Amino acid sequence: MEAAAPLVSVRQLGRSFDVSAPAIQRLLTGSPRRSVRAVDDVSFAVDPGTTFAIVGESGCGKSTLTRLVAGLDSPTEGEVRLRGRDGGPVRIQMVFQDPVGSLNARWRIGRSIAEPMPKDMDAAARRARVAELLQTVGLSPGDAAKYPHEFSGGQRQRIAIARALAGEADLLLLDEPTSALDVSVQAQVLNLLKDLQDRLGLTYLFISHNLAVVRFMADRLGIMYLGRMVEEGPAEVLFGAPAHPYTRQLMATVPDVDNPQRDREPVAFEIPSPLNMPPGCTYSPRCPLAMEICRRERPMLRDRTNGTRIACHAVEG
Amino acid sequence: MSRTLASLRAAMDSDLAWRFRQSPPAMVAATLLLVMVVCAVAAPLIAPHTPFDPGTLNLMDSRLPPAWVDGGMLTYPLGTDEQGRDVLSTIFYGMRISIAVGVAAVLLSVVIGVTLGLVAGWCGGWVDAAIMRLGDVQLSFPTIMIAFFIDGVAKAVMPPDLREMTRFYVVIFAIGIADWVQFARTVRAATMIEKNKDYAAAARLSRVPGLKILFAHVLPNTLGPVIILATLGLGVAILTEAILSFLGLGMPPTQPSLGALIRVGNDLLLSGEWWISMFPGLALVLLVLSVNIFGDWLRDALNPRLK
Repeated sequence: MEAAAPLVSVRQLGRSFDVSAPAIQRLLTGSPRRSVRAVDDVSFAVDPGTTFAIVGESGCGKSTLTRLVAGLDSPTEGEVRLRGRDGGPVRIQMVFQDPVGSLNARWRIGRSIAEPMPKDMDAAARRARVAELLQTVGLSPGDAAKYPHEFSGGQRQRIAIARALAGEADLLLLDEPTSALDVSVQAQVLNLLKDLQDRLGLTYLFISHNLAVVRFMADRLGIMYLGRMVEEGPAEVLFGAPAHPYTRQLMATVPDVDNPQRDREPVAFEIPSPLNMPPGCTYSPRCPLAMEICRRERPMLRDRTNGTRIACHAVEG
Repeated sequence: MSRTLASLRAAMDSDLAWRFRQSPPAMVAATLLLVMVVCAVAAPLIAPHTPFDPGTLNLMDSRLPPAWVDGGMLTYPLGTDEQGRDVLSTIFYGMRISIAVGVAAVLLSVVIGVTLGLVAGWCGGWVDAAIMRLGDVQLSFPTIMIAFFIDGVAKAVMPPDLREMTRFYVVIFAIGIADWVQFARTVRAATMIEKNKDYAAAARLSRVPGLKILFAHVLPNTLGPVIILATLGLGVAILTEAILSFLGLGMPPTQPSLGALIRVGNDLLLSGEWWISMFPGLALVLLVLSVNIFGDWLRDALNPRLK
């Protein structure tokens, strides 16, 4: 299914967080230890030069998953394997959601952009490279001496992209890079990312809850629900023929210009609390197709004939 | 040269300078403070007499009232004390010592507090708990009591001749060590916020060593509130020193601070020589008041929520 040497392969990845009450309180009230599984048994692979998008609503574990791939957090189960093109290490950089917190407000942006550059690079070479990168992302070389507050959100996001490029990264983790931006600015940033991918052969792991953006960016797509991956496959297949009830419901939320009056299935119930997950399929309380087995047994991710993978009892094939 | 001028002009145009010009109390306080600091620093040059050189003192001139009172002399504008020392000159020299002790004590608090706060906020876990509980314990004693205690211990362990020589440093240490907790708390909280910001994560992804992230990224972002606290703490430190000296635990009579001068004059207050303690007292009030008003203004001017 995947090409021979994926850049990133994530295997049965899990991350639990201990959310127990303090030890003394547990002792006094007899309340048990509790944990939240933010990421639960997630596996996927990303081929070099492609974009893998992870889609899901807030709290589904997207950001935890990104932090695990970045190595900013350690998994409690499974592993993340990174393999460079020549078998060497993979350099990872990240572009964050919040354009304010992602740059040190007390550093001139030139200094921020130069941060990932190799330590043995001399000052003149650094300055030249910073100027070049600023031009690459559509800013002027003179901007290097300015502070982050002198820029707009979209410009700061370009600066963050320039910083990511300065590290000669193979893999860019894009954690909702456009969700804090105006729509017109979103398009600029997305076009820039796409253009850079074509020119530099970058690999993207793209996190988003915005399906329109994902459709524009992604080669492959993984849908997450409450820490688990429920469907995964090539973007055009999933957008054309979504199979999992949750994916279908997600796709139905995208406005359709040709058919604005179409019927929409109302979404029943709230998302269950991650502290108190249903025993079988976590989507079953909201699922229109839920059967008896769905409430008892957790569906595992399995291959389908059309090249996608799905975790659902109700979908055939 | 033109660059210095340009940056000076930029500083005059800055938001802070504009706020300064908008606040008459801050301008008055800053001017007063500047005058007092200049008088203190330049005391040997501008004081009319050298009060601590016994050779220049004339006992015939002792206990003279201020110049505008009957019996006063123009050479001693604020009168003289019982040894014939010029009160105005002793105030200049006294402010010198009060300001030096205050500034040094606050610097010591800042160094201890910022270091411990950074370590606590960065490491977390039991290190954090240990440092902050130590601070809680210390806060349950009044500052002045800790200063008494350290002063007493220093007196007990040192031979008498060493005591005099080290007085200045013992007082600085006693006041400085008593006041670190507020700095540690502020820096700890800011460190815990800054270390989890995205720019710190980006630095970690670029394999910047942890210590470098701590000093190059986190530390500068925690120092804003520290500057404000330090300014406000300066007033408190000067007052604490005055209290210690007034009680005879601070600076010795040979190197009197404002507090020690008030103490000396206090004995003569009842016999009608009010000027000997009143003028150093007035100087102390003006000094602390202008530091506090300036500190309050700085706190408001730098508070982003009030902008």
